[in-house]
Amino acid sequence: MSGRNSLRPPRCHMTRTMLTGNAAAAWGARLAEVDYVPAFPITPQTEIIDTLARWCAEREIPARLVMMDSEHSMLAAAATAAATGVRVFTATSSQGLLYGFEMLYAIAGLRLPLVLVNVARALAHPITLEPDHNDVLAARDTGFLQFHCETSQEVLDSILLAYRLAEHERILLPVIVNLDGFYLSFTREAVDLPQLEEVREFLPSFAPAYPVLSGKESVALGAAVLDASLYSYFKHQMHNAAESALAIYPQIAAEFAERFGRRHEMIESFMLDDADYVFVMTNSFASMGKAEIKRLRNGGKKVGLARLRMIRPFPHEAIQQLLAGRKGVAVIDQNISVGKGGILFSEIASALYGLNDRPAVLLSFIGGLGGRRFRPGEFAGMLAAMETPSATGAEMARPHLLFTGEECREVGRFFDIASNEPASEHPPVGAGFKPALHASEDVKGIP
Amino acid sequence: MKREAYKSLRTISHSDPLGPGGPLCAGCGGQLSLRLFHKALGENVIFINAASCSTLLATYPFTPLNSSWIYTAMACAPAGAQGVRDALDILKAKGKLGPEQDRKVVVLTGDGAAQDIGLQSTMAAIYRGLDFYYLCYDNESYGNTGFQTSASTPYGARTATAPITPSSPHGSLHERRDLFEIWRVQKPPYLATISATYPLDLSEKVYRASKFTGPKLFIALSPCPPGWDVDPEWSIEIARLAVQTGIWPLKEAIHGEVSHTYLPRKFAPVENYLKRQGRFRHLFEPSRDDETIAHIQATVDRYWKEANVIGDQLAVAKRSDVGAGPRAGPREGQPQGVAPTSFRETEPLC
Repeated sequence: MSGRNSLRPPRCHMTRTMLTGNAAAAWGARLAEVDYVPAFPITPQTEIIDTLARWCAEREIPARLVMMDSEHSMLAAAATAAATGVRVFTATSSQGLLYGFEMLYAIAGLRLPLVLVNVARALAHPITLEPDHNDVLAARDTGFLQFHCETSQEVLDSILLAYRLAEHERILLPVIVNLDGFYLSFTREAVDLPQLEEVREFLPSFAPAYPVLSGKESVALGAAVLDASLYSYFKHQMHNAAESALAIYPQIAAEFAERFGRRHEMIESFMLDDADYVFVMTNSFASMGKAEIKRLRNGGKKVGLARLRMIRPFPHEAIQQLLAGRKGVAVIDQNISVGKGGILFSEIASALYGLNDRPAVLLSFIGGLGGRRFRPGEFAGMLAAMETPSATGAEMARPHLLFTGEECREVGRFFDIASNEPASEHPPVGAGFKPALHASEDVKGIP
Repeated sequence: MKREAYKSLRTISHSDPLGPGGPLCAGCGGQLSLRLFHKALGENVIFINAASCSTLLATYPFTPLNSSWIYTAMACAPAGAQGVRDALDILKAKGKLGPEQDRKVVVLTGDGAAQDIGLQSTMAAIYRGLDFYYLCYDNESYGNTGFQTSASTPYGARTATAPITPSSPHGSLHERRDLFEIWRVQKPPYLATISATYPLDLSEKVYRASKFTGPKLFIALSPCPPGWDVDPEWSIEIARLAVQTGIWPLKEAIHGEVSHTYLPRKFAPVENYLKRQGRFRHLFEPSRDDETIAHIQATVDRYWKEANVIGDQLAVAKRSDVGAGPRAGPREGQPQGVAPTSFRETEPLC
């Protein structure tokens, strides 16, 4: 939705077409005129490399695509090609991201400005296909910057923005562009495709702002650093470069908006102006959240939604500006740090701590794991929990796991089948299991 | 192998591609192999390094290499080579890199990475026909982490993870895995074993490889003084004994066709090689382990029998003959070193 936040009629020519999230990612790479695509298949990402491979084979694009033997090798080839001086694109999902994880740190540590699309998919075990964000958020500390997208249009635009940001001489860090598997990867939406010539004006051909292996001078890259101060220095440099993106990104986004008519903020505001209560969400499930916000607004509730688009660098100040003075904030994490709770909840809490007028109520909800959809009444329940908080401070720090009584009974039926025993009357709950919210019940506070 | 480019030691370049003062151990067989290999390769080289002792060559802010270098990780140096090669080709195709600015892409790895964690990415690079050189310096262990057993560790060797104890007195009881044969399955254009003790054989092989486009792979048996528990000054001699006993056959395979490139006039018994190294000391002290020594000898004999390349020459290496004493081994008190005069290569037989 934010993707179509038109400021004014775009200056450039565009073609409107229907694209899945994956196809939009492929178009992003195509319009960025990437030179090199090391690839390895994994559901639900594979459509991206299939599309690029077809374009390469048809000579529609001049890029070179090479099938590697694993995501680890794929990211190694991505790293060294970028270190040799070409523009690199690649994509993966879930287990693949984790399989190549070592090389994420390598790419970022080598300060190589490539773009990696992650099509989010929940992690095994148990193995599954539908999305949550434990895969991409595992990469939050690597040095990759991260954009999380809601629409196909935003996927395409974010890839162009990502290259501009990554290749900026003061940043030189890689970027992950995230989209949800299935919900967005295989959903066709209307997308405005900018003309290549106009993209070129926004994103000129690659001219690396760093020493490359193909240069006239020989270089040693990835040299061992055995001095702790030196190591710290390089890590601080990475952090400072990432933080500088907080100032540089708005300029790039403004230029993009001027050129193409679509503004992509670090955080998207949805019905926030007079909202007392705010839901914080990310990615494609924010579309469901927005529908719920409208429903609650129709019921007279002053609610809004903040969608985090930029996760790294973390936009502390923008968070503070958007959430200061609100009565309550509910962070819906589509991830779970087992034994702690929502990852983004913790990050937002840290951003708000220094505020004098921080929201009195800050609640954590875990929803959407493995692609779980919201149940009717859950948003009303979460709002009620914000409106009439009954929790102590210690309780407020703990997450609420969205799960309904109906789901409990459904799980019970699975268990009965798996154990080949007659249907039990009681949900098979483990020790300490406590459904946080029952959609079928009128939730008045924190259960 | 008829030598075309390297007929005498004088033909080997005097300019040293490795500066002095590197951080590797004294007598490092890997460094000796790398030096000779690089001399034969010439300039315009990009090394893609897998985690190993050699990773410490480039320790910020120093590097002993004039060539370019990128360290990747342990498992994926051949994949890194793919990225460099492809990027160079892309730049050439775009006219951003002239033909004279092209580079040779060289993977530098130890045997732990080559045999185990990096085998998949190596096989994949061969499968793709990647145009690159691959130098595995084989010290028969995970050397950099303190000499743990790798798939290259020979039968009967003591390692940090196969220590000699009363209940396990034999060392590692796995047969070393034949990496040469694993690679050969895919029939790469060029494949060779080399030894720094045989610099002409080594250099000629690099020259021969340079005529091929595609994977060009080398395994250099590389004595590791601290791991093998030998004095650094004996590295060259130990490597010589490995060849003279038949433990380390010098050979090449062109598109899968194997030729042995050097044969000793007589095979020395394997114990000449074993007893010089602390990692095999338990085979001789406190009491002699005839069974294990015989097993190692039988393995070598079987190799040469199955290799079936020398017919009459192999007959020279009858046990009764070589058992008479060390032929290739150094005499006590004789200075050993790396002076060119100490090289005693015989004429190649093929």
